[in-house]
Order: sequence, then structure tokens, then C-alpha cells
Amino acid sequence: MSRRTLVVVGHGMVGHRVVEVAVARGLTAEWDVVVHAEEGVHAYDRVALSSWFAGTALGLPAVNDPAVDLRLGDPVVSVDTEVRTVTSASGLVTPYDALVLATGSTPFVPPIPGSTGPGRFVYRTVEDLEAIKAFSVGKTTGAVVGGGLLGLEAAQALQTLGLATTVVEFAPRLMPVQVDPGGGEALRRLVEALGVEVRLGASTQEIVDGPGGLRMSFADGADLDVDLVVFSAGIRPADALARAAGLEVHERGGVTVDPGCRTSAPDVYAVGECASALGRCWGLVAPGYAMAEVVVDRLLGGAGTFEGADLSTKLKCLGIDVASFGDAFATEPGALELVWADPVAGVYKKLVVSDDAQRLLGGILVGDASAYASLRPLVGSGLGVNPAELIAPSSSGVQLELPDDAQVCSCHAVTKADLCAAARATPDVSAVKECTKAGTGCGSCLNLVKALVGKEMAAQGLTLSKALCEHFTYSRSELFEVVRVRGIRSWSQLLAEHGTGKGCDTCKPTAASILASLGGGYVLDGEQGTLQDTNDHMLANLQKDGSYSVVPRLPGGEVTPDQLLVIAQVAKDFDLYTKITGGQRIDLFGARVEQLPLIWQRLVDAGLESGHAYGKSLRTVKSCVGQTWCRYGVQDSTSLAVLLELRYRGLRAPHKLKLAVSGCARECAEARSKDVGVIATENGWNLYVGGNGGFTPRHADLFLTDVDTETLVRTIDRFLMFYVFTAERLQRTAPWVEATGLEHIRDVVIADSLGLCGDLDAAMERHVETYSDEWADTLADPERLARFVHFVNAPEIPDPSIRRVPERGQSRPLLPLRVVR
Amino acid sequence: MSPVVPLASLPFARAVCVLVDGEQVALVRTSDDTLYAVDNLDPVSGAMVMSRGIVGSRGDRDVLVSPMHKEAYDLGTGECLDLPDVWLRVHQVQVRDGQVVVGLAQDVRRPA
Ligand code: SRM
Ligand SMILES: Cc1cc2nc3c(=O)[nH]c(=O)nc-3n(C[C@H](O)[C@H](O)[C@H](O)COP(=O)(O)OP(=O)(O)OC[C@H]3O[C@@H](n4cnc5c(N)ncnc54)[C@H](O)[C@@H]3O)c2cc1C
Ligand code: SF4
Ligand code: FES
Repeated sequence: MSRRTLVVVGHGMVGHRVVEVAVARGLTAEWDVVVHAEEGVHAYDRVALSSWFAGTALGLPAVNDPAVDLRLGDPVVSVDTEVRTVTSASGLVTPYDALVLATGSTPFVPPIPGSTGPGRFVYRTVEDLEAIKAFSVGKTTGAVVGGGLLGLEAAQALQTLGLATTVVEFAPRLMPVQVDPGGGEALRRLVEALGVEVRLGASTQEIVDGPGGLRMSFADGADLDVDLVVFSAGIRPADALARAAGLEVHERGGVTVDPGCRTSAPDVYAVGECASALGRCWGLVAPGYAMAEVVVDRLLGGAGTFEGADLSTKLKCLGIDVASFGDAFATEPGALELVWADPVAGVYKKLVVSDDAQRLLGGILVGDASAYASLRPLVGSGLGVNPAELIAPSSSGVQLELPDDAQVCSCHAVTKADLCAAARATPDVSAVKECTKAGTGCGSCLNLVKALVGKEMAAQGLTLSKALCEHFTYSRSELFEVVRVRGIRSWSQLLAEHGTGKGCDTCKPTAASILASLGGGYVLDGEQGTLQDTNDHMLANLQKDGSYSVVPRLPGGEVTPDQLLVIAQVAKDFDLYTKITGGQRIDLFGARVEQLPLIWQRLVDAGLESGHAYGKSLRTVKSCVGQTWCRYGVQDSTSLAVLLELRYRGLRAPHKLKLAVSGCARECAEARSKDVGVIATENGWNLYVGGNGGFTPRHADLFLTDVDTETLVRTIDRFLMFYVFTAERLQRTAPWVEATGLEHIRDVVIADSLGLCGDLDAAMERHVETYSDEWADTLADPERLARFVHFVNAPEIPDPSIRRVPERGQSRPLLPLRVVR
Repeated sequence: MSPVVPLASLPFARAVCVLVDGEQVALVRTSDDTLYAVDNLDPVSGAMVMSRGIVGSRGDRDVLVSPMHKEAYDLGTGECLDLPDVWLRVHQVQVRDGQVVVGLAQDVRRPA
């Protein structure tokens, strides 16, 4: 039988999902799929639209199937349901056997005088965002009309663009659809605390162009002068095309469809936000995805139906958690509301439970939505615990038993049963995400997904093992003891005596690091070189396009004008993108392997050395100018920072190490966010340990008070070495301090309770004595230089895949296109 | 099949990148002296970096691990052991009088 044609109108999130499912379920074996897209770009993740400002690439994975014909930037302008054709803006007429409308919605702009024109924007497409960004240059103020979910996202965007932002909401509270008055009040406080002005119960009457930008006037006579206005006053289903084609539409808008997503015309379907299913439009992506599945199932002869969807939302906007789920407004007769509010902390939590307090019906969380992932799946099912416990401040610890049919991931409709089944088959978080798609949408269920997979793994005794990897039954700390006590000097000896197989990317670099910590000397000779990650192997950091970055050490953040001149000249000569790092030094990005030695020769000649940005080792010792210049400084913080950086440079550790020294309590060097922080006092130094920025920030704990420099340095020596001796792989000092206990560490490194201090001191002495600059050593030895070529059989040819494009007066990678995902 | 490098020049348990008829190939010599040739293109990141990855084993398979995001590939079949529908092309490789010779795989389909 001859091939049939499916035409999809709209290439947004749901239109694209239709195509994905069609390919996945084999529809394209018999059908050709023609997609007409109004937007000129491939379908992207509109849910994550705002992260476009942060430079995130939003594109959704493309399907590569020859049966799919994607026509970007060519919208459909008319549909003829009699002769069964669609006509596009470019004049293409395409006959269809089945037609799917996935035209989404358009932002609603209130029909007030002056609502259109320069400086007025909406917030729906990447194009909208580009326009807002371009216009905002040099502007100072902005207003968002609409204080709903999207309005607050738009407000956040304007703020990040540096505009003083006002949110104008017609209703008496923010997010009126999701939260009740109590929640709205908590939300307002939080939003205002972030410097966004909020005007409630304000209806905009008119916008006029004035000399200083736009003047908005409100019903109550007040007015507001701004440079630009973003309308986020709701959305309207894009059903114009369907109306013109004579399809039945719902009185409140949206193409009317039955549970099979069928419109009033034969073989014409509508999905996503343009469809009115079960008497309403569904303004979230998950229901749209469900409809996409239904349509493809129908085309395959199935009888799939759309049964409505969970409209729970959780979002973090302006950094504020807001969640509302289930019967949030307690509409069920007899429903009870439990409210817990902390106005000072700006936290508001409400649970709606059945009259017998046995079933959870819904809830609202503002300011702290950590309980959302575990509460939402419980809606409709028994509670088992006293509901109050669930929202009380201490609730984080409460463990909930989810029923098997509880939906864990609402973006991809994955139940606890599905998830656990997958976890039993492949007990590995990424594998489970891979096959169930759970956690790959908005991400709000990730913690729960991890927890559940973790449970299954534990059940299989998997997480219990602290084995480094399949080749060693020891943990990193145990392996370190083995190497130290048995005096093992090489990888082959270690593997032969204590491991199995040929090693992997986990145990090899770990062994390399242990051998180096115990004074293995130059890290790249012979066998030890083969153990290293590419960063250590090339003594540089791999970048996404296969080039590397170069970071010379600038102890304490000091740099002489002459060194700056050399760095600048090198950057110019090798066209390296140059950036001041967050660690008080300079990073030169984009060097090809064969350029690294040439670059470093010139840096080393200028007295610079490796900054070990690539190593799990000392990064930087951040400093402030201190006593020398600062009128508040009470000690010479810069000199101490330089001393410490020169002492610990090159020390290989379980993870990277960062230190800082501040010259007074004002703490300009942010020492308390570092693994080791020193803060000057009138009488000496205060020592702090176990600080961390990064993924899980932690303030360092006070370890010593008012000590002299000698005591300080000896204590840091021992603290660092004890960490090197006993921490696990990739465990920063912060979690290590928590696992080991601050008091225990004090006993060991100050009271010498384990009699270990001798060894710790000796190990550090050896490190300080044997340190030598890896780059200088490499340049001095032709054999060591040999590895810095791309093609070993054509050393003169550089990697042709590395290409550059200009950006803001420098070069950046022309990114390799990702072949999958 | 074209000769590319002398076997003696290849390190053990580490990969190198060679240019074969205009294509980038990662040559691997394992610690027990087995030779493999696979694409140098990392299919996940799109960067030419496979030859910079760590060589090791998973179970009884020899693997090469992408240095970019650490996916492991079976050197025998090219199959990615961490992601579905991802693979490296496996090229023919042998030693003729001390020279390593490589024959590019014509077929871009995934291994059986
Ligand atoms: C270049 C730099 C960003 C910048 O442009 O400023 C940077 C870049 C990278 N950081 Fe960072 N971090 C940089 C400062 C920081 C800081 C700020 C600081 O050090 O004051 C932090 C938070 C402070 C902290 O670490 O506690 C930071 C927290 C991280 C983390 C999270 C660590 C954690 O404990 O959670 C990672 C991931 C990791 O290390 O596992 C990371 C990893 C990385 C890596 C190495 C990721 C990678 O493997 O490619 C980046 C490569 C650097 C390169 O290619 O040269 N970077 N990174 C900064 C280099 C500082 C330097 O001079 O060495
Ligand atoms: C800033 C923002 C944040 C959001 N956050 C969330 C969230 O956290 N959670 C959530 O579930 N949802 C969220 N949404 C909503 C979600 O993005 C939508 O539900 C989803 O995109 C709907 O998909 P769709 O395909 O129906 O419509 P769309 O994604 O809008 O796609 C419709 C496409 O059809 C095109 N089109 C229209 N007419 C034609 C024509 N005649 N011919 C060809 N093409 C046409 C349009 O240009 C558009 O590209 C958010 C939306 C925005 C804007
Ligand atoms: S920390 Fe103190 S000494 Fe250092 S710059 Fe700040 S105020 Fe000055
Ligand atoms: S709930 Fe959004 S990804 Fe799972």
C-alpha cells in the first residue's frame, strides 16, 4: 500500500513530541511526516526559555529519519478540510492523509491604548527574548504586566538584564492561579526582598511614549515611568487557523477535541496548548506530551485517550521556591487546611487534607518547596503520618512510603512502580533516567528519583559497597593506606597485588594521585603517565572543542606588570581567549596540544609556572591587599597567601584545594568559603577549615584562634596531609570534615591522639622539598615533549576540527555539533 | 590498508591519534599488547578527543573512555556501554613487518 502523509502544523514542544513518538513507534515505516514551523529555528525547550539569558542551548534533540520533512520558518496560512491540503506562507500546497494542529498559544496583550509599539514586548519565544535583550542595552527600568508564573519569570529576566523592575498585577496577590492569599503574601515579601517592586490590584489603563521612555497610568490615577514593558497577562490558544478552516472551537478558545484528540473535521487532530480537551486548555507541557502519544496511537489504529493531567506546578523563579499541587484551594467539601507560616523567613506551607485528615488532597508551598517531590505523589492516597509533621520545619527528615502507582515524574508520567522496575533492571541513576525519561523534564523530581533508585540499589547491596570500582575492593582512603604502609611504588605492582582487570578511568587517576601524594615525583613519566586523565596528561584543562586552557600560577593573586605584558603577548600571538578567573588569576583558553609547549616556554622564561588548574591539587590561595595598603588591615595577608601558595603548590589530593587569607574581619578574600581560610586578628591569625563554595556551599569552621604564623602553618600542614591520607575520591574537605568530625580532626592534628603527626609532618616536608614545576620539567626533556602532537604520524598537521569565531573582540570555539543528545 | 606508524612507537595502555586517508583514528595498544583502531570523534561531544581517553577494562572487555564526559566504549565492537544508540566505528588494524596498518571501516551503521 502506498505511503501516507501526516502533516504537523507547529514545531514547538508538543509538535516536536508528535514527530518523536511517530518515529519511535514506527509510524514512519508507512507514513511520511511533513512539519511546518512558523519559527525559523528547530524546536526548543520553551519550559527552560528563561535560561536562554544564561546562554543555555535550548534546542531539543533532532530526530534523524529520512521520512521526516521539516520546513522551518514556513507557517501554514490555510487548511482546506474538503480537498485535504494545507497551504504555507511560501505557497507550498501539501495534501494530507492526517493533519495535526500543534500551534500552541500566543501571549495575551490587553487591548489598552498604547499597548503596542517600541519598548513593548511579550515573553514566549527566543525571538522575543532576543528583542528584549537588544532593547535593554543602556536602559535602566522595566515593568512586567502580570504577576503570574510567567510574569515573575519575565521579571527575573529583566532584573538579570540590570533593569530596576516592577511587577504590575491586576489581582490582589501574586500568582493568583497557583497560590492563596497567605501564599501570595509570603511570595510578595520574598519578591520585594529581591529588589523587585510589586504593585498589586493595579489595572493598567494606558501607555504613552514620553521623553524619558514609557509612562504607564493606572486606574487609581497613579503612574509609572519605565524604559520598557513586558506583557505577561496570560496566553490565548492559537486557534485562528482552525477557526478559518471552519473547525469547531471552544467558547473560551481552543480547538475542540474529543478524548482521542480528534477535532470536528475528519482526520484532523489538535494537541498541546491550542487544543481544548475535556472542556479546557492545558497550559503545561506534560498534558501536551500525553496528547502527542494519543494522536500517534490513533494513527497506528489504537484507541488511546487523553484523560486530563496533573496540573501541579513547582518553579523556582527569582530563586524562590513555589509549588502548588492537587486541590490547592480546598474545594472538596469538608476539606481541612493546615497552614504553617514563618513570615520572617518568608516561608508559607499549606496542606489540604480530607475531613478525616487521612488523605492528602493538595497543598501550596512558598519559600521552601523541598517537600514537594515527596508530597505530590501522595495526593489522593493515604498519609500514614500526622500531616502536621509533613510541613513542620523539621519535616525534611520525614520519610514517606509512596504507593506504587504514585506518579514520581509528572513531566514524563513515570510512576514509582515504573521507576523501581527500571532501577531493578539497571541499578544506576543515569541509566534509569535514560530509559524512563524521569527527571529529564523540569528536573523537580530528580531528588526523589535518586532516592528511589538509591533504595533499589541498597536493596541489591550496591550502595553499601565502598569499593572504588570493579578493579579494587578498597575505597580510596584504604588504597592510600595500602600504598603507604606497603611502600608500593608503581601501578602495575598495585594492580597485581591488590586489584583485578586492567583498571579504568576511576582507579587509574586515583592511583596516580596517591602515588604522587606520596612523593612519586614527576607525574607523567612511563607508566604513571598512562594513568592520568587528559587534564593531567596534557598539564592543561580540556575544553569542549578539544582544545586546552592555560593557567599560570599567580601566587596570592599578585602579578607584575612585566608578567602581564608576557601573558598578553602570548595570548595575542596564539589567539587565546583571555579571562580573569574566579580564583584571582588569568585563564588563557583555546590552545591546541602542539601549541602548549610553545606557550609554556614563553611563560616559564618569564618566571611563571604551572597553576595546576588541571590537577586535583592546590588551586589558588586568594588574598586581599591587607595591611600593606588597606586602611583596615591588621596583618600582611598578601605575604602569608604567597607563602602558603608556594608551600602547597602541586600537592596532589583527593580533590582540589582552595585557600584564602583576609587581612581583617571584613573578610574581602572570602576565606570562610575555602577548604582552608585564614583571617587576620589584632594578635595573629584565626584558622578556619572545611569551607566550600561550589555545588554544596559550606562556611568553614573555626579551628584555631589568635595563633602565630609558625603554629598556623604547622597546623595547616597536618590538616591537609590528614585529609590527603584519609579522604575518599573526589571528596572535598567540607564533606570530609563533616564525615570525620571536627573534634576528631583536632585531636589528631593538635593533640596527636593517633601518634600520626610525625608521619604527616614528614610527608609534607617531603612534598615541599621535592616540589618542582611540572611545565619547566616537561620543557627540559624532549621525550616528555613528544606527547604534545595531535597526529603522531603527521606531527606538522594541527587538529583541523578546531575552529574559531570572533566574539567581543576575542575568539571563541566554533562548537562541534553534538552527534547525539 | 595503509601503514601508519611503527608498532614500537606505540605506548602501552594509552591511545594515540593517527591520520588515515584524511580521517582521524584513535589507535589503542592495551597493556597485554592487543591493538585496536576506532574513531577519534567522540560522538557525544562532537570533539576529536577519543585518543586522549583512558584505556582500561570493564568485565572482560577492553574499553576506551571519552575524556569529555566519561562514556566507556567497547574497543572490540565500538559499542558505548553507558548510552544507548551511541557507538564508535571500529577500523581494521594489523601489524605488517613492524608497521601498524589500518583499514578504515566503510560502514557507518552501528555494530551488530
Ligand atoms: C576558570 C574558572 C571559572 C572562571 O572563569 O572564573 C573555573 C573553571 C572550571 N571549574 Fe571551577 N572554575 C573557577 C573557579 C571556581 C570557584 C571560585 C573560586 O575558586 O573562588 C568555585 C567555587 C569555590 C569552590 O570550589 O569551593 C568553583 C567550583 C567548581 C566546582 C564545584 C566544586 C565543588 O566543591 O562543588 C567544579 C567541579 C569539580 O571540581 O568537581 C569546578 C570545575 C571547574 C572546571 C575544572 C571544569 C572542567 O573540568 O572543565 C573548569 C575548567 C577550568 C579550565 O578549563 O581552565 N569548579 N570553580 C575558575 C578558575 C579559578 C582558578 O583560577 O583556578
Ligand atoms: C517562559 C515560559 C515558561 C514556562 N514554564 C513552564 C513550566 O515550568 N512547566 C510547564 O509544564 N510548562 C511551562 N511553560 C509552558 C510550555 O512551554 C507550553 O505548555 C508548551 O510549550 C506547549 O507546547 P505547544 O507545542 O503546544 O506550544 P508551543 O511550544 O508554543 O509551540 C507552538 C509552535 O507552533 C508554531 N505555530 C503557531 N502557528 C503556526 C502556523 N500557522 N504554522 C506553523 N507553525 C505555527 C509557533 O510558532 C510555535 O513554535 C512555559 C512557557 C513559557 C513561555
Ligand atoms: S579584608 Fe580587611 S584588610 Fe583586607 S581588604 Fe578587606 S578590609 Fe582591607
Ligand atoms: S517532574 Fe519534571 S522532570 Fe520529572
